Amino acid sequence: MPTAQKTKVRAKLTARTFIWLQGLSGLIGFAVLLEVIPRLGIVSPDYLPPFSAIMVALFKEMTTATFWTALSDTLEAWAIGFVISVVAGVVIGLAIGSSQLLRGLTHSTIEFLRPIPSVALIPLAVLLYGSQIQSTLVLVVYASFWPVLIQVLYGVQDVDPVARETARSYGLNTWAQIRYVTWPTALPYLMTGIRLAAAVALILAITSEVAIDTQGLGKEITDTESGGAVAIMYAYVIVAGIIGVIVNLGARALERRVLAWHPSVRLDIAEAGA
Amino acid sequence: MKKSMSPLPRRVVVALALPVTLIAAWWITSADSQSFYFPPLQTILHTFGKLWFSPHALSNIVPSLWRLSVGYLAAAFLGIAIGVPVGASRNLRNVLEPVLEFLRAIPPPVLVPVLILFAGLGNEMKALVIVFGCIWPVLLNTVAGVRALDEVLAETVRSYRIGRFARLWHFVLPGASPQIFTGLRQSLSIGIILMVVSEMFAARDGIGFVLVQYQRSFAIPEMWSGIILLGIIGIVLSLLFRAFEAWLLGWYHGLRQSQRAG
Repeated sequence: MPTAQKTKVRAKLTARTFIWLQGLSGLIGFAVLLEVIPRLGIVSPDYLPPFSAIMVALFKEMTTATFWTALSDTLEAWAIGFVISVVAGVVIGLAIGSSQLLRGLTHSTIEFLRPIPSVALIPLAVLLYGSQIQSTLVLVVYASFWPVLIQVLYGVQDVDPVARETARSYGLNTWAQIRYVTWPTALPYLMTGIRLAAAVALILAITSEVAIDTQGLGKEITDTESGGAVAIMYAYVIVAGIIGVIVNLGARALERRVLAWHPSVRLDIAEAGA
Repeated sequence: MKKSMSPLPRRVVVALALPVTLIAAWWITSADSQSFYFPPLQTILHTFGKLWFSPHALSNIVPSLWRLSVGYLAAAFLGIAIGVPVGASRNLRNVLEPVLEFLRAIPPPVLVPVLILFAGLGNEMKALVIVFGCIWPVLLNTVAGVRALDEVLAETVRSYRIGRFARLWHFVLPGASPQIFTGLRQSLSIGIILMVVSEMFAARDGIGFVLVQYQRSFAIPEMWSGIILLGIIGIVLSLLFRAFEAWLLGWYHGLRQSQRAG
């Protein structure tokens, strides 16, 4: 490798390490802030225990079965609801999107139903299912179905007319047209929908645990708050945040992987590498 | 293009056909419903009129909407005010981004119990919950929008020595506004969720509060009418938002359209 190129690579690496270190310093600074504010008495430690106390509470809590049950309950509700929404959104979206007539007929209804806040369904879910997992699923599915559906509809509409005509004149049947023309066009839109739905599904899963006491992290947070175990409560809040970060990063990674062939992502990767 | 421009009456019929059919179907199938949980639509609508078109109803609707608008507007202002400097400075951005990503990823409803500790059960708590929940999408989208500003324009603005305020008002904010609006739209639905959840959890008034009261006392038609009211509020707010966006971002959508056509 020529020396000029070598120094360039090294410069790129140090630049990346530097950005990484900057981010790390931000996180450490945030932790220090959370440690110092209650210690100096700016905020009473009864309301906000020092960061170290929260961490101790977290590690202690992690040795209990309650913690792992709560975690798996939340993830289970999230995953089931998310998968139902994505499958339903894709199937219904492709069906509606492939027909001009259906699209026209359903447009106003979709625009009408979509902004209805899913939390409005809480009382109904409670009456029908109490605090079982089905209550959570009603809310999660109602909230995360729409982003998927809308994105699939956009995507199907975006199909290049020339490509569609070409496929038709080459005699591709309906299935092959969906597979080779509609699907690749709609995929980037679908991935956006999936990314939004993954985050929304987590918000609603936790909402249901906070508001209607279904099992999971949200219920642990309200229980520890009313029980006065403030440090443990913050520990659960941090865990909820970490799950959120993992869901967001995971969805982004999935998007990049699935769309690696797509010009928009190829450009992104090229830029990140340059 | 011409083909889709069907005459107005036909478009109205197409738009209304399905909603009318669905409501009619609900009306007819529920007409002699004996089911306790699914009363006839007629009963629900009758209750709706009685409940929500009375002066008494305002004592629950007004506090809810007041808390939502105070919290949402404060979050929008703070999000943009913090987002602009963070987006403009590369170092600040690199330092803060992981922290912001973490704060954004905390599902906002967990803030309800946390803020009860700090602010009790009053109005402040609910407004604060909404501020804390709504600020992150606005903030992060403002950062992304400011970061992606056109570099040639930025250089031009700089070389003409355009003042700070004029630069902000005529260049930075308009340039980042499409992204900012994406954040504002996400925040609006989070704000509505938090308004309802915080009232269900701890309140003396508000739509979320009465909704839970109805459900607990098995006042089923009243509960359904509350659900419909929340649905209508969601729809009206999203229409208002869209009108505001169309008014403020009309230039941008026009630009996009002409770019696509060209």
